[in-house]
Amino acid sequence: MLDLFAYGDAGWGDEILQGLAITIQLAIATLPVGLVLGFMAAFASLSRLWPLRALGFGYTTVMRGLPEILTLFVVYNGAGLLLNMAVKWWNPEASGTDFSPFAAGVIALGLVFGAYAGEVLRGAFQSLDNGQVEAGRAIGMSKSQIFRRIQLPQVWRFALPGLGNLWINMLKDTALVSVIALDDLMRMTKVAVGVTKQPFTFYLVACLLYWAMCVLSEVVLARMERRANRGVRRAA
Amino acid sequence: MNPIEVITEYWPRLLDGTIMTIKLTFLGAFIAALVSPGLALVRAYSNSFAQAPLRLYISFMRGTPILAQLFLIYYGSGQFRPILQEWGLWTFFRDPFNCALLAFALNSTAYQTEILRGGIMGVAQGEVEAARAIGMSRIKTLRRVVFPHAYRIAWPALGNEIILLMKASALASVVTVFDIMGRTRQVFSRTFDFSIYLWAAIIYLCITAMFVILWRQAELRLSPHIEPRPRPRTAMQPAKEPRA
Repeated sequence: MLDLFAYGDAGWGDEILQGLAITIQLAIATLPVGLVLGFMAAFASLSRLWPLRALGFGYTTVMRGLPEILTLFVVYNGAGLLLNMAVKWWNPEASGTDFSPFAAGVIALGLVFGAYAGEVLRGAFQSLDNGQVEAGRAIGMSKSQIFRRIQLPQVWRFALPGLGNLWINMLKDTALVSVIALDDLMRMTKVAVGVTKQPFTFYLVACLLYWAMCVLSEVVLARMERRANRGVRRAA
Repeated sequence: MNPIEVITEYWPRLLDGTIMTIKLTFLGAFIAALVSPGLALVRAYSNSFAQAPLRLYISFMRGTPILAQLFLIYYGSGQFRPILQEWGLWTFFRDPFNCALLAFALNSTAYQTEILRGGIMGVAQGEVEAARAIGMSRIKTLRRVVFPHAYRIAWPALGNEIILLMKASALASVVTVFDIMGRTRQVFSRTFDFSIYLWAAIIYLCITAMFVILWRQAELRLSPHIEPRPRPRTAMQPAKEPRA
């Protein structure tokens, strides 16, 4: 049993660990993309201009209503088509290029993360005490100073639990990229199953690895929350 | 082909897929809704020793991708084929629809149990004490006091869970169930017309929108005595953000 997961040519340990590394890379690469999109969506929906508000609302509503796998296919196939069109337009003789599944995964998962994060961040901005912003203005802070020194640290504290949940969801959603042929944990497991004919064993191991990542994330997030909330008096 | 031609030619397939998606989602949610109240009671009231296996199950279901759970059931059952055949269960596991339904029901049970537990814990202790004081038995208290209120508290979160399940049901297309996503991929592989994905997106959004409206109506019916008015927030009662 254990020799199935041996490291090296004999077992599948190294292949599965490689897949795990791709999964982790994908999740870590998606996080900044999703956070930037989330902040943009939150600013848009809190904007004074109605077209921006409509845009923010439309983006978060549509993205949250679509299955993640559909978003992934739209990005993968759609961006592939656009890329091909652009290449053909640039250089008609060029042969078709393939859109990288990794990039498609980052964009699609980032779009989904951004939509949910937009809502979380909007809620966090709205729960800030307005008096503090006014106080900042009263002592002559500039807008960016108020944002950096007063709003951001507290938005972080309010948004952390929600963003933590989103991180865990995104970590699980990375499994979808195996469908568009990226060699992540799920796909390497599938390859191993194809050879060894032991589907239950291998998928169980994949599940346990995802589970371990999620539990680890939860532990780290609980610590980050405790750190973000240091100095906050607890209501009795 | 333009987008209109695509939909006029392939709408029967998409309709077929839509029915499949709705069937899969609601059967899965329904099975989970039958099982979860009992489990939620265990989670809310029993001692931590009895809860241990349940917590493990919920943590596993929430900590692993649904796709992995689906593969574990659909492909994984193949490893036990001789035993399953002996027990006459192989015909069940051979069908991708059954496997997808089982995976979604198991997954949704875990989430619904946690949501309902939150609802049960949210019922004020005084209500239970009042019910006991006028001589209601434990079961009667649960049926007439605890569960009605718990469902009212949990209702919006349960709706969210069903929407998440509906979105997750698109994964069934990966194991060859022809739901909306499955039909869409089938049509795309035939026509290479990208607009079919946009039609699929519109269908999913319509289903979600209709569900949200229906769920909201049901919520009003569930609490007819509670007027839908925004509660003023005061400094004494800070808004509590529920953790999802």
